[in-house]
Amino acid sequence: MEENKVLETGSEPVLDIENLVIHFELEDETVYAVNGVDMKLGKGKILGLVGETGAGKTTTALSALRLVPDPPGVIKSGKIMVAGHDMMKLTPAELQKVRGKEVSMIFQDPMTSLNPVYTVGQQIAESIYLHEENMTSKEAYKRAEEMLELVGIPAYRAGDYPHQFSGGMKQRVVIAIALACNPKLLFADEPTTALDVTIQAQVLDLMKDLIKKQGTSVVMITHDLGIVAETCDDVAVMYAGRIVEEGSLEAVFNQTMHPYTEGLFNSLPNINEDMEELKPIPGLMPDPTNLPKGCAFAPRCPYATERCSEKVPELKKVGEHHRVACSAYEDPSFHIARRSK
Amino acid sequence: MNNTENHAAAPILEVKHLKKYFKTNKGTLHAVDDVSFTIEKGKTLGVVGESGCGKSTTGRVILRLLDPTSGEILFNGKDVAHIKGAELHKMRKEMQMIFQDPFSSLDPRKTVSQIIAEPIQKYKIVKGKEAIEKRVLELMETVGLAERLYNTYPHELDGGRRQRVGIARALAMEPQFIVCDEPVSALDVSIQAQILNLLKKLQREMGLTYIFITHDLSVVNFFADDIAVMYLGQLVEKAPAKELFRNPLHPYTRALLSAIPIPEIGKSRDRILLKGEISSPIDPPDECRFKKRCTDADGACEGCCPALTEVSPGHFVACAHCIKAE
Repeated sequence: MEENKVLETGSEPVLDIENLVIHFELEDETVYAVNGVDMKLGKGKILGLVGETGAGKTTTALSALRLVPDPPGVIKSGKIMVAGHDMMKLTPAELQKVRGKEVSMIFQDPMTSLNPVYTVGQQIAESIYLHEENMTSKEAYKRAEEMLELVGIPAYRAGDYPHQFSGGMKQRVVIAIALACNPKLLFADEPTTALDVTIQAQVLDLMKDLIKKQGTSVVMITHDLGIVAETCDDVAVMYAGRIVEEGSLEAVFNQTMHPYTEGLFNSLPNINEDMEELKPIPGLMPDPTNLPKGCAFAPRCPYATERCSEKVPELKKVGEHHRVACSAYEDPSFHIARRSK
Repeated sequence: MNNTENHAAAPILEVKHLKKYFKTNKGTLHAVDDVSFTIEKGKTLGVVGESGCGKSTTGRVILRLLDPTSGEILFNGKDVAHIKGAELHKMRKEMQMIFQDPFSSLDPRKTVSQIIAEPIQKYKIVKGKEAIEKRVLELMETVGLAERLYNTYPHELDGGRRQRVGIARALAMEPQFIVCDEPVSALDVSIQAQILNLLKKLQREMGLTYIFITHDLSVVNFFADDIAVMYLGQLVEKAPAKELFRNPLHPYTRALLSAIPIPEIGKSRDRILLKGEISSPIDPPDECRFKKRCTDADGACEGCCPALTEVSPGHFVACAHCIKAE
């Protein structure tokens, strides 16, 4: 397998997930949310995790913080290493020390991820106070004010409550909380989806800046391929709980191999081209309680043949920094319509 | 300001000096402040802008879901801004709406067929149980809903299918004009493309006229014939879609366009980063509302309230600089 690891990881990966399988076991059915995901991320790298609703992106991220609600969520198998900690073996008390300090997360909706009854200063100071042992609460609050300044909010607003801020400002506060303890790894789950484009541009710029300064590794979960193109080094495309294509930004965007990735690109209206019609992917995501036997994308895939519904294709190396899971490439002359540029 | 209408060949809708103010404890909120535009039959006007710019309120006032504070709404030449009772009831049949959130705009206790049949029964578009059933099935086919979904409830459907139910419900009245309020922003990209194609197909086949409200500029470029950009309750620029993307004049439009992330490597353009955020729409001062965030603002902007002016055929802009430069 060693030669199959294509994403550059440097010396020691900050995030190392192997063969992750997560099911949600409900009373009368089982949701197969994540079905064997491998993910590696080196220091200071930004990985874009792309896919549609229900692809398992958020579940994968939550599992790395051991925040998958159990029950009903069960991590069936897998190794999750975060900054050298084996997250599967830590006790709840140890987990608390790692979360917020070594790894933290920015959630999609800034409106609901802040506590309405505490001031934003208190909320930022809380994570600092909990993780910096020699710090008094006063010092922590001082640091919280500095963090606010860092994300572009004047320090005197630390005493304000979340409802006094606009959406973009709230998301800045959430970013301040997430980065307050200099985590080695950050999961950003659709951090700008709830924001307007001009505010999105501000927030992304800020995030890129801080990440660079602190050397944080980031998993950027998004469905917006434009954001990926602008911020990420590597890309992993998820479909029905599996990574179907991964590699460097350049490889996935310019030498797209997987039919699903191609479908995603075709669905986007391009502002540089005039188009009469979009080319959507036909059909819908498969029901995660009842996944098809072979490749989960086969029922929607324009290139699917019989063998696709027989066995699940493995991720195979196709380029130096590029892996794809598609049986069609067993035929060496196969290529998708979206030609490499 | 209102020389927009000189260009329209056969406008289905003319909006003149439309205002909608809300009284709040802090003062008067100017949600829509003197907006004028026209739409020709069979065309699409895209209305773009950020949250709170008044785009949804404009759509709702035109449909009379909210009563305008002042101004005229001429629908097929008839002012519908103040009609009441039976007349309003009749007008509603011609103008429909597709809502943003397919999760909250469908009655959870009604089946798909009941939801689509409701307007048919209410407006007696066809009569008799069998005829209604036939019409509902026709509509479901038109929007691409399988017949087996006839008796399902909204919670059993995914977002894309729910939005199709919302579209079928709007079409049930056989309207001429539909306000689409962010119809695809709650959907995944692959589903979004399906719905956009469907809306385009319906427009071609039925000659519908749309107002397409969205914050997503790449969608509106694909979808609209004309684009109107709103900022704090006012139109700041209006032009044919291609012209607006090729030659944006207003500093706000330029910033908005430059902020779109493009899914191609190395394609990100020089970004105009706006400072700060949208200011309060409560009792705004009598001046250019974009001035505080504008990168071009200078002495020429002091104390003037630029009116929407035509600078080239079909291209309107409200900016002291742009008008002078032409």
